[in-house]
Amino acid sequence: MYAVRLFEEATIALFHAGDLPAMVHLSIGQEAAAVGACMATTSDDYMTGNHRSHGHPIAKGARLDRLMAELLGKATGVCGGKGGSMHLADFSVGSLGESGIVGSAIPVATGAGFAAQVRGSDQVALCFFGDGAANEGVFHESANLAGTWKLPVVYFCENNGLAVSAKISDTAAVPDIAIRAAGYAMPGVVVDGQDVLGCYRATSAAAARARRGDGPSLIEAKTYRFHEHAYGLAVPVPYRDQTVVDSWFDTVDPITSFAGRLLAWRLADEADINAVRAGVEQVVEQAVQFAKDSPYPEPEAAYTDLYAAPEEVDA
Amino acid sequence: MTATKPRQSATRAAQLGFLQAINQAQTEEMERDERVVLMGQDLRANVFGAADGVLAKFGAARVRDLPLSEAGSIGLAAGAAMAGLRPVVDLTVASFVFVAMDQFVSQLAKVRYMFGGQARVPVVVRAALYYQGGTAGHHADRPYPMFMNVPGLKVVVPSNAADLKGLLESAIRDDNAVLCFEDANLWGRKGRSPKPADDVEHLVPLGVAATPRTGTDVTVGGIGQGVYLAIQAAAELEKDGVSCEVIDPRTLVPMDWPTIEESVRRTGRCVAVDPANRTCSAASEISAHVVETCFDALRGPVVRVTTDDVHVPFSPALEKQIYPSKDKVTAAVRRTLA
Ligand SMILES: Cc1ncc(C[n+]2csc(CCOP(=O)(O)OP(=O)(O)O)c2C)c(N)n1
Repeated sequence: MYAVRLFEEATIALFHAGDLPAMVHLSIGQEAAAVGACMATTSDDYMTGNHRSHGHPIAKGARLDRLMAELLGKATGVCGGKGGSMHLADFSVGSLGESGIVGSAIPVATGAGFAAQVRGSDQVALCFFGDGAANEGVFHESANLAGTWKLPVVYFCENNGLAVSAKISDTAAVPDIAIRAAGYAMPGVVVDGQDVLGCYRATSAAAARARRGDGPSLIEAKTYRFHEHAYGLAVPVPYRDQTVVDSWFDTVDPITSFAGRLLAWRLADEADINAVRAGVEQVVEQAVQFAKDSPYPEPEAAYTDLYAAPEEVDA
Repeated sequence: MTATKPRQSATRAAQLGFLQAINQAQTEEMERDERVVLMGQDLRANVFGAADGVLAKFGAARVRDLPLSEAGSIGLAAGAAMAGLRPVVDLTVASFVFVAMDQFVSQLAKVRYMFGGQARVPVVVRAALYYQGGTAGHHADRPYPMFMNVPGLKVVVPSNAADLKGLLESAIRDDNAVLCFEDANLWGRKGRSPKPADDVEHLVPLGVAATPRTGTDVTVGGIGQGVYLAIQAAAELEKDGVSCEVIDPRTLVPMDWPTIEESVRRTGRCVAVDPANRTCSAASEISAHVVETCFDALRGPVVRVTTDDVHVPFSPALEKQIYPSKDKVTAAVRRTLA
């Protein structure tokens, strides 16, 4: 969780320094959901994310330096500088990429689960999306297929209650996305998205069910977005109470609350927690340095990767 | 000899920007016709800046926030139009049209024809062409040529705010589906234009081109930001004694062929500048048409200046080179003269 938080805080500094070519969608406040869910999978399992998705590949085990280099558009980035913030993908850890088109990675995760089923592997596909994305047609189409074919997919909805400025009560007929699972013959559970262990337990159960061949699940993690929809993009009309947002930092910060529990359970002391944080700080600093020091791609790179080279095509 | 500096007028003529133009057009048409309704994501919070005060003025019945449901939204607009409303749908970023492609093609464009003319689909869909800003593959598309290939839809791509306002008002009054693509590179200073008088109705008819610059040697047709690049290139070429006529079709369907043909017949040369991908672009259509109809008058090859056939890469080191530029336009004009 520190890795996600500090990585994103570093992007804020880069934004203000003018080093980021574009805005970023921060997941600060939502770390427990990403980390808890990914902890329940291995790097052999598949994962797809969405636009608010730096945390997902980080939690899946991707290298921070190459992720950061991607955000700066450098040749050493996970996508060679072609994807940027909304399109991070690191196939080496099972991250099949993210999508700037809301909802469009949901069927992709479903397809990865289908492939696992056909190949008879015991992999699962973990699919992250927001409450807003749950209104897109592809969510319903994917969930129906996965339910019908009993695909090993874990649909993990990070419900922060908002889609840009739109409150879920204004855009969805039901307050809980998890209810929709019923229509697709899969279990639907609501978990506290600020509780990393709760997210881990729910995803572990869903993944185990998927590996048994019992089909998909829908997990809805109720979470909070601490920052604006996109950093640097101010919404002209206030759509949420800033005093409430400010108070979230004190009450529902998933990192401080988890640290508090570790202390209470005497599994760690302040020094341990500070040491973890300091260690992550160092990795993030190195990632930023790596990204800054890396070269931009050569102009010709814009014209590669459009089609697979002949030798890559299966006979 | 010392030239006297022309006196600057104390107050500059009032200017209109893209967002104001949209807001004025929508507001004026909603005032004029109560069947006009406005829908879009994050509209009421005015996230994209073009819906200032609309909710307060017209109320929640006529100003609707849409969920993330683009296909449903376009189909809903088609149905609402067939049942008597005149919906304006703000799809925000143009690449989100792909989510709704079936509803655009199978419903919006085809229902009137398939049902023997019974249906009337007065729907306006607005979408902004964001590119050149590090938004990468999923946000930076310029999809208007795809819709030119779908009969039954009208397509407009304005290059300045006054045209945008006038075209949008005509589009809202049109009984057909009209797609309006707004080049976001023109939102700032570049696309501003003198503000039309408030008390005079400012309508720009669909299917009528503008000629922002007259010339005698080469006809340069531009789409959206292409118009701006053409004007810049023309100014540079003028120093070498080359006289460019710049034509802005403004509407791509229906295209104002007579204006284009007349100009090319006069100049004998043609360049088409289009920010869309090269293959099957609007520029391709213009080139093919000019060759077909003006072949005998041509004195050089018709040349397209378009975006290379790749997706938009994220890195600033990669992105800029793929689009048309002033230099590419200048080089293209020189090619027609060679
Ligand atoms: C198909 C599509 N429509 C609209 C958008 C613009 N947009 C980007 S993020 C977003 C809100 C998404 O909300 P949600 O899925 O709940 O995720 P959150 O941002 O809350 O994490 C919108 C409307 C988009 N990127 N893609």
